[in-house]
Parts: sequence; C-alpha cells; structure tokens
Amino acid sequence: MSLLSVMEWLASTSWSIALHESLYMYPLIESTHVLTLGLFVGLAVMFDLRLLGLAMRRVPVSEVAARLLPWTKAGFVVMVITGMLLFYAIPVRSYQSVFFRIKVTMLLLAGLNVWLFHSRVGRSITEWDLAPVTPPAARMAAVVSLVLWAGIVVAGRMIAYNWFDCDIQPQSDFINWAAGCVLPPR
Amino acid sequence: MGTSWLWLFEWCEATVLGHAIKDSAWLFPVIEAGHLLGLCVLGGSLLVVDLRMLGLGLRRQTIAELAQDVWPWLLGSIGVMIVTGTALFLSESVKCYHSQAFWVKITAIPIAVLFTLTVRQRVARVGTLDTTAVTRLVALLSLALWFTVAAAGRWIGFS
Repeated sequence: MSLLSVMEWLASTSWSIALHESLYMYPLIESTHVLTLGLFVGLAVMFDLRLLGLAMRRVPVSEVAARLLPWTKAGFVVMVITGMLLFYAIPVRSYQSVFFRIKVTMLLLAGLNVWLFHSRVGRSITEWDLAPVTPPAARMAAVVSLVLWAGIVVAGRMIAYNWFDCDIQPQSDFINWAAGCVLPPR
Repeated sequence: MGTSWLWLFEWCEATVLGHAIKDSAWLFPVIEAGHLLGLCVLGGSLLVVDLRMLGLGLRRQTIAELAQDVWPWLLGSIGVMIVTGTALFLSESVKCYHSQAFWVKITAIPIAVLFTLTVRQRVARVGTLDTTAVTRLVALLSLALWFTVAAAGRWIGFS
C-alpha cells in the first residue's frame, strides 16, 4: 500500500471530512497553530539570540534553557497536535504539497540540530554558561535553528497557496516529482 | 452610522503600493510570511517579560533587567509588524473595511502598543526579584491585548 493510498483512506474517514467541512473547528485549530508560533518559535528565537549574544547577555545560558525551554516544549506540543489535526483535515493535498514536504524536511533537520546541540555542544555548557557570546559551535547551532524555523514558518504559510498543486497542470517535471503527483499517462 | 470611511479605504487600495501587491502573485504571500516571522519575535520578546511579571520563567533576573534586554527586539518586531501589516492592508483595504475582525484588530493595536510602551514599560522598571499584584495584572493585560490583536488578525483571513 502506497503512502498516497493511506492519505486517501485518511481523507475518507468521517472525522477528517467533518473537520474539513466544519465552519469553526478548522479555523479555530488553524488560529491556535498560528498564534502558538509566538510562544513556541518566539521563545526558541529568544534562546538562539541568547546563544548569539544578541539578547539577555547577562543571563546564564543554563538559566534560559532551564526556565524558558519548558515553555517552548509546551508550545511545541500544541504545534504538533494542531498541526497533525490540520493535516488530518486535508491529508491528500497536504501530502502532495511541495511546501509541506519542504516543511517536514526542515522540521527533521531542526530536530537533528536540537539533538546535536544538547548531546554535543551543550555538554561543555559549564565552561561558557556566563559568557555573553557563546563558542562558535553553539552560535552555529543558533544560526541553523533560526534559519530552519524561519523556513518552516514560511513554508508552512505557503501550504495555503495552490501554485504547485497536482490538480493544476501543467507543472514542471521537477514539481510533479517533488510533489509526488500521479499524472494520467500521456 | 455617521460618515462612511469607505472612500478612504478605496483610496488606500488604489495607491501604487496597494495595486502592486494586489496585482502580484507572490508579493502578498511574501509580505505575509514576513508578518508571521515578526509575530514570532514579538511573541518571544513579550513573553520573556510577561512570564517574568507573572513570577514565571526567568525568575532569577529582575523584571527591569529582562525588559531592558529584549527592548530592541520588542521595538524592532513591532516596527516590522506595522510596516508589513500596513502593506498587507493596502492590498485589501476594502475587504478589511467590511471585516469585523479588522475593526477589532485596528482598535486593539493602538491600545496594545500604547499600553506596552507606557504602563507596562513603567511597571517593568521594578529592580527587585519580587512580583506584585500590579506586575501580574499588567502582564495579564499585555497578554490579553496582544492575543486579541493576533487572533483578530488571523480572523481577517477567514472573513
């Protein structure tokens, strides 16, 4: 069974149809997803800015991590739940969206960056906890994080636009490949 | 209902910038994406201080220190929001005129901005580690005001 047929099955479930057709539920979930950006990405950005020495320079990095990152994690949980519901409401189109695929790729890279930071770079934190500007590896992780989350936000917003949708043809071969479009034989 | 301001909104949409954004396939999405990125930074710089005023988050720093630290980011993100928001508005002013969400937002923005730059900034001068009923109230008002702005803003798109 292909992933596409799984998405088609998801789309046929009654809850997916109900969510998709709901007058208020979908906009409410979508609004929650967008507004939680301020909490989740907002505080993640503040942590990155601290690593770069661009904000809260006098606050120990460990303090920011210990006291702000729990809020970031809570925001992330809301983002994942609402994001999955949004996907579940429109599975096939989302699955075949170039922007959704870019977003998921960048999400995986952002996850990898977080893991690398906490397992490698963060180990020596006691040596630079009080430094206004952190060592190059930590700053690199911060820049990668900022770039990826900005890209994720932008790609996420662009999912709403249908420029590269499979049902709008002709598209370039590259787009059809990247979106996984299934075209009728020529 | 008194004088209709519709003519003004029609004029806004007829400006060079309004036209350019409306006629372009990608300008609106790009500016909108910038508006969202501004929202992230604004949310972060507000929350660092609002959480602290509630006695949460970075409790070992004074409110004054944190407020001073994020001040440039707060001002900068508000600036980005106003510039990108104005551009978005110019491209669909008439739609906004007929949107209740827009009127909620445009009413809440000056209140939120003024409150943040005056009352909240003044209360944030507290140089001790204590939070008081006043700091907590100001933080809650700040969160409520900016939440209203953001939620109404998102809702313009649904109307």
